[in-house]
Order: sequence, then C-alpha cells, then structure tokens
Amino acid sequence: MAERVVITGMGIVSPLGHDVETLWQALLSGKSGIAKTTIFNASTFPTTFDAEVKDYDLTKYTKNPHLHKHSNRGSGFVVGATVQACKQAGIDVETAEPADGIDRTRLGIYLGAGEGSVDNDAFFAAIINGWDIEKNEMDWDRWAQIAFGKMDPMRELEQEPNMPAAHIAMLTGARGPTRSCLTACAASTQSVGEAMMMIRRGDADAIIAGGAHSMIHPLGLTGFNRLTALSTRNDSPQTASRPFSATRDGFILGEGAATVILESLSSAKKRGVKILAEIIGYGSSSDAFRVTDMHEEGRGAAQAINAALADAGISYKDVDYINAHGTSTAENDSIETKAIKTVFKDRAKNIPVSSIKSMLGHLIGAAGAAELITCVCAIRDNTLPPTMNLVDRAPELDLDYIPNKPRKIPVNIVINESFGFGGQNNVVIIKRYS
Amino acid sequence: MSSNRVVITGLGAISPLGVTVNDMWSGLCAGKVAIDTITAFDPVGFTCKIAGQAPEYDIRKYVPKNLRKSIKLMSRDIELSVIAAHEALFHSGLVTKGIDPDKININPERTAINLGAGLISCDLVELAPAVAASITDGKFDLHKWGKEGLEMVTPLWLLKYLPNMLACHVGIIHDIQGPSNTITCAEAAAHLAIAEAFQVIARGNSDYALAGGAEAKVNPIVMIRQCLLGRATSQNNNDPKTACRPFDADAKGSVFGEAAGIVVLENFENAKKRSAKIYAEIVGTGQSNSLNPQYEHLEPDGYGLQIAIEKALADANIKPEQLDLIIPHGTGIPADDLAEAKAIENAIGEAITEIPLWPTKSMLSNTGAASGVIDVIAAVSTMNEGKIPAAVNCDIKAEGCNLNISNRMKEKDIRHALCCSYSYGGQTAAIVLKQPD
Repeated sequence: MAERVVITGMGIVSPLGHDVETLWQALLSGKSGIAKTTIFNASTFPTTFDAEVKDYDLTKYTKNPHLHKHSNRGSGFVVGATVQACKQAGIDVETAEPADGIDRTRLGIYLGAGEGSVDNDAFFAAIINGWDIEKNEMDWDRWAQIAFGKMDPMRELEQEPNMPAAHIAMLTGARGPTRSCLTACAASTQSVGEAMMMIRRGDADAIIAGGAHSMIHPLGLTGFNRLTALSTRNDSPQTASRPFSATRDGFILGEGAATVILESLSSAKKRGVKILAEIIGYGSSSDAFRVTDMHEEGRGAAQAINAALADAGISYKDVDYINAHGTSTAENDSIETKAIKTVFKDRAKNIPVSSIKSMLGHLIGAAGAAELITCVCAIRDNTLPPTMNLVDRAPELDLDYIPNKPRKIPVNIVINESFGFGGQNNVVIIKRYS
Repeated sequence: MSSNRVVITGLGAISPLGVTVNDMWSGLCAGKVAIDTITAFDPVGFTCKIAGQAPEYDIRKYVPKNLRKSIKLMSRDIELSVIAAHEALFHSGLVTKGIDPDKININPERTAINLGAGLISCDLVELAPAVAASITDGKFDLHKWGKEGLEMVTPLWLLKYLPNMLACHVGIIHDIQGPSNTITCAEAAAHLAIAEAFQVIARGNSDYALAGGAEAKVNPIVMIRQCLLGRATSQNNNDPKTACRPFDADAKGSVFGEAAGIVVLENFENAKKRSAKIYAEIVGTGQSNSLNPQYEHLEPDGYGLQIAIEKALADANIKPEQLDLIIPHGTGIPADDLAEAKAIENAIGEAITEIPLWPTKSMLSNTGAASGVIDVIAAVSTMNEGKIPAAVNCDIKAEGCNLNISNRMKEKDIRHALCCSYSYGGQTAAIVLKQPD
C-alpha cells in the first residue's frame, strides 16, 4: 500500500498578508492586494500597477539573516513562509539538533520557483557601455569592463531559480530529495503534486513543497506587457483583476511565496501533529499545441483534471469546489470554463468555482501553492472564497463562479487547477482528513 | 507499491564533441578535447576566454515544415534540446508526429517530457537598441524605457527565455501530451529530471518519456557569472586543451560549455513487446542536499552528495562493490572536486580503489543543466561498447583524492554504472544504470 499523504503545516508571504489567517480573512472580506507599482517607477509602462508584498521583514523569521542577505525577493519570501509552515507542523528550524522526530535525510524540498531579477543598475550600465550605436553591435570588451566592475558575484548567483530551495535547505537542514521546477504559472502545483508522489513512493517522510517568485521588475513587466498578457486598467487597479468577467483584460502581476508541509500519514500520526487536510490526487499533462496559446478546447486542462480524479480514485461527482486558475485573461478563463464543462458534464454548472487571483493577483511560480493553502482553509471553515469584480458576466462563461461574496457550504473535496504558459497543466485534489 | 521497470531505448546528444551521440562517443574514445577559445562572442575582456562550443548546425533540419515559424522563438538552449530530442527519438523506433506524422506508433497522452534547464539569459544584442533608446545623461532611464524602449522589444521576447520553453517546443514538435516538467537545479538538473521521469513511468502515469537537459552556457551573461564566482578558470586561457583538470593537482577551475542530451525512457514491458533495442535500465536514483553557508560550493566533506549516492545504491538494491564504473561530476574546481572525492569514497567504502572513475568534463566541458544527461549517455555507451575510455588531464591526482582514475582505455564489462552531480545551491543527485539483461 502506498503511503497516504497529508498536509501538516502551511505558510505564506503574499500581497494580502504574511500569514495564512490574515490572507484568508482578507479573501473572505473581498479585499484587494493590488495597487500602484512601488518597487520601481513603472509610471510610463503600459501597466502601472501590480500585487506587491509590502512591509516584509525577513529578520522577523530568522536568526541568521546574514545567510539570506543576497536573496532575490522570492528567496526572501520563502524563508518567511517556510518558518511559518514548519512551526505549524512542529518541524524545528535553524538548529543542528532537531527534536521533531523527522530524520533529516527523509525531509525533502520541492519548490516551484522562478528566477530572480537582474541587477538593473549593472545590467543596463554594461549594455550602454558596450553598445556601439554607429555599428549596431556590441563591443564585449567594453561591456565586460562595466559588468566585471559592477556585478556582484552573489547577487548574480541569487538569480538562479534553484536558490529559494538552497535557502530553505540551510534553514531546515533538509537532506532528503530536493528539486526545484519552473513550469511558469503551474510550477508550485506541480511541485506539490510531485512531492506527494515522492512521499507515496517512500522516498521521504515529509517534504516542504510550494513556490516562490517575483517577476515584479522592469524586465519582467516589460516581457508580460509586450505579450499583452497584463491588464492595463491603470485607472482602477483594485477592480482590474476580474476573472470570468466580460470586460477582463489581462492578469495582474503578483509576487510571494507559499509552502506546505506534506507528510506521510504514518509520520504525522507518529509525531502526533495536527492534520490539516489530505492530498489525494495529482494529474499533469501538456497541451503540445502552440508556444503562445492554450489548446482551444482545453484538451490538456481537461486531461490533467481527469488524471487527478483517477489518481484520487474519485468521480467528478464527488467534488465540492474548484479553485480555478482564473487569471482574468480572455483566453484562460474561457478555455478553463470549457475544460470544466468537459470533465464535469451535467454537474459543471452546479459546482462552485472561484478565482482568488481577483484579489491576490497572479503569483506566477507561487500561485498554485498559495491557492492550495486557501483550499485547505475552505475545507476547514466550510467556506468558499469569492471571485471578486464579477459584475459583467460574459454570456458563454456560465458556471457558478461564486461572485463577489464568500459562501458557506459543506466542503470536503476540493480541486486546485494551475495552467502554465507553454502548456503545462497541473491539478491537485485535497480532501478533509478523516 | 507496484512499480514498472524503466529502460532507456533512445539516446540523443549535441555536445562540443559533435552533433550526435556517435560523434561524442568517438571523441571521448579518442581523448579529444573540445574546449577552445570562445568564438560566440569576443571574450577578450573576460577572465575566462575558453569554452566548449557546440558545432554548427542547421536547426531547420530538426523542425517539421509546418512549425518552422517557431524557430524565431527559440533561444540557443531550446535549439539544442530540439536537436537532441530528434536524435533520441529517431533511433528509438518510436514514431512521433515530429518524426513521421503518417506512421505514429506512440500514444501522445502516455508520453511525458522532463528536462533540466538553466537560467537562460536574454540576448543582449537583441535588447541593446531598446536600451540605447532609453538613455538620459549617459544613464539608463526607466521612464524613457517604459515609453519608448519597451515598444522596441519584440512582442514575444519573454517566451524565448522561459526555462520551460525547452520542453514546450520539443513537446509541440513531437506531440507530447503527458506530464511535462522542467527542473531548474543548475548542474544537477538533468539527473533530477531523469529521476523524476523514471518515477513517472515507474508509477504508471506514462509509458514513455523524453528526459535529460540542455544549456547553452557560452553566453556573455552566463559566462560572467561563472567568472565572477571564481568557478571558471582564469589561468588556462592559453592552453585550452589541458585547461579542465578534474581531480588533478594542477586544476585551476572549470571550463563551461553548451550541450543538450535527451534519453528516451520506456516502460520495460512495453519495450520488450515491441522488441526495442534496450540500451540500459535505470535501477536506482538518489537525491539530497549539500548544506554549506558558502552555497556556491559543495560542503567540504561532501556529505549531501554522499547521501544521494547511498540512496541511489539502496534504491538499486546493489552493494557499492557491484559498481563497474563511476562518472563523477568532476568540474575541475579544486575545492569541489575534493569534496566530491570524499563523498564518493565515503559512500563506496573500500571498493573505491577498484572501481574505475571516469570524469568527462576535461573533454566535454561543464555543460550545466545538460551535464548530467551527457554523463548518463556516456555511461550507457561504455556499457554497450564494453570499454571505458581514458581519462584526460588527470595526470597527478590532487592531494587527498584516492579515486581510481585511469589514463588508459580499459576493456571492461560494465554491469552497473553510477553517475552523480551537484549544483551550486546544494541539490545533489545520483543515478544507477544497469546493463540490459
């Protein structure tokens, strides 16, 4: 028999708060974490707002801030999130002699994490010095003179996407299986799903899984603006993220970190820690369609949902709530709706579906894990978070999107969907533990 | 828990030694060093001016006609992975849409892809005109950039540099609709990607998988990071052929390069049923973490790597002395090589003096996220050919290193081989391969 896998700890650093309860209450009261960009001056960009983590203080979480001093924003956030998650799960951090009953060679890490920002001053100054406008070519010697002078070795290293996992390893002493993946917006749902599989296989007793990412920097915003993927509703940031609405015009770039402690049921029982939920299914697929677009009929999305249902050994009839990817882009929300209709057939219109990105923005690599945490809260409180800003429903988007107000209903089984740019689809299913 | 056996039924590699696996293997057998002065850009201002560059290729040969428009969205990392994937599938007997759309014999939904990828740097030359249009008083002006520079950036610019785009392009070309993941664990990425793909098939989620990795490190930004960290040698610019010296007393640092390697993994029963040529079986994987406050280096006692090796051996259910070959990560960075040597010695025990150890980076250079799969392909080749090529540039073993490195080609029946790797950042990985029955 494969090990059952449960969630025993959760932590988050997000635009709507730096702990799970603050985030959850904000979501239930329909608060928005979206506002004018302050990290850099974006006033002339097509999009001038985002969902930023505000007033985050790393030193509140660690007694060794010097170990994390070169961190990119995502790495810094994930330290705070993981300290919270470990505390809830009774896992000791920053100690050479942990007394939590978890063998460190069986404590793993799996993050869906993104790259850090370039060092803007050095990056642009080197290009300016090296670029020969007359000849339209780069003089690499001149480029290198500035680059070698201005770039800091550790600051450059910290841009690597495996760095958040490195910081978590130093924090927790984890010596178990450790991976970091980057499948764009689906990354941290994939990391949670694959981490569950490693515990089932018996490779680890517990894994710190989740994501960390910030693309709120000039080149990140440039990239998404050029793709016309972002909302440009600059006059009304708080109503800009409007998943499933007829007037939706793009997603809102967010940042943050979210981690959960996945643990084998036997380890959780042995340690006597509180079980928050059980993770029962994982499905993964790819669209193999176009670099720029999702498959028109949501083929890959439906396949991933079906794979997760099959893995969980449940029917589409058993699902109480779907936490949608719901990005507020024209494409995602209509294709995700189609995929839900394909899988849930006659029940599609009766299953509550919502997107917390309407309030939280899109945390990219960290989005899936942040959303998973809210799914656990939904089960705990038998309450579903709303889709805010849903005032002008598109006629073809006719599911029950929980518009604008949370809803109290019995919630036992929840699906969390994440679809990545490039066609990776990942779905996990969690269940009330009994 | 029931588990499927997983075998390798296809190999593909483009490396500094050539555009095919055969080129690479004959180069390795001949002791050829593919490291030379960088020509991809003028390296005069760089502390390290040498690298392992892939030979010229025509990417259009590997992309079906109806998808050739997508070539302009391919960074070099993506191109390399597309070439390696084509070779791996072409020789596997599996026919995907990208090999021959009229003879497909593979179920796209039962096929997975899992590639290791690096932090892909954008093309600075492509970006420079937009930056040049955003200057005030000689300095970058973000205000101007938002108004004018940004508009000069090609609309799909970001898509060339997302690490998951390797798997995305390969997946579209070959119509791979099963699980797709991209592992971003630097130099351990390819081993971890193979380990995960192995598990996807073992647990029954897919019947086939393309697994491996690619990285084009001969790029100014990528190269300068290795120079700044002091990982790249600055003292061998005039002697590229003897520059990369894993475990050698005279080593001064690593030399970086570019490559892609992809293996076709397949459910054993499936491979047997279709009478496929089986190159090797994957019998064990192990992973752990190095914990070092100086995380750009492996911890001095190599413990995190030792754990990965021990786990891989346990997973394979073999004793250390059953290994016939070890291909180490062996970068040529003295502190890291010494730490790795300790990890291997401690994991293997007394048998270490008997088991041949063959580092490959002295010839192939350090190809980052591709390096692990390049070594897996090299190990599989030794199994199939029954010989271990001579190590190169390991003339006098570094003090404290007790590994059995031979400067002579050796005929040997390789039943089990171990490959291992680690990343700056700490992730460690090991894989045990077994000769087919």
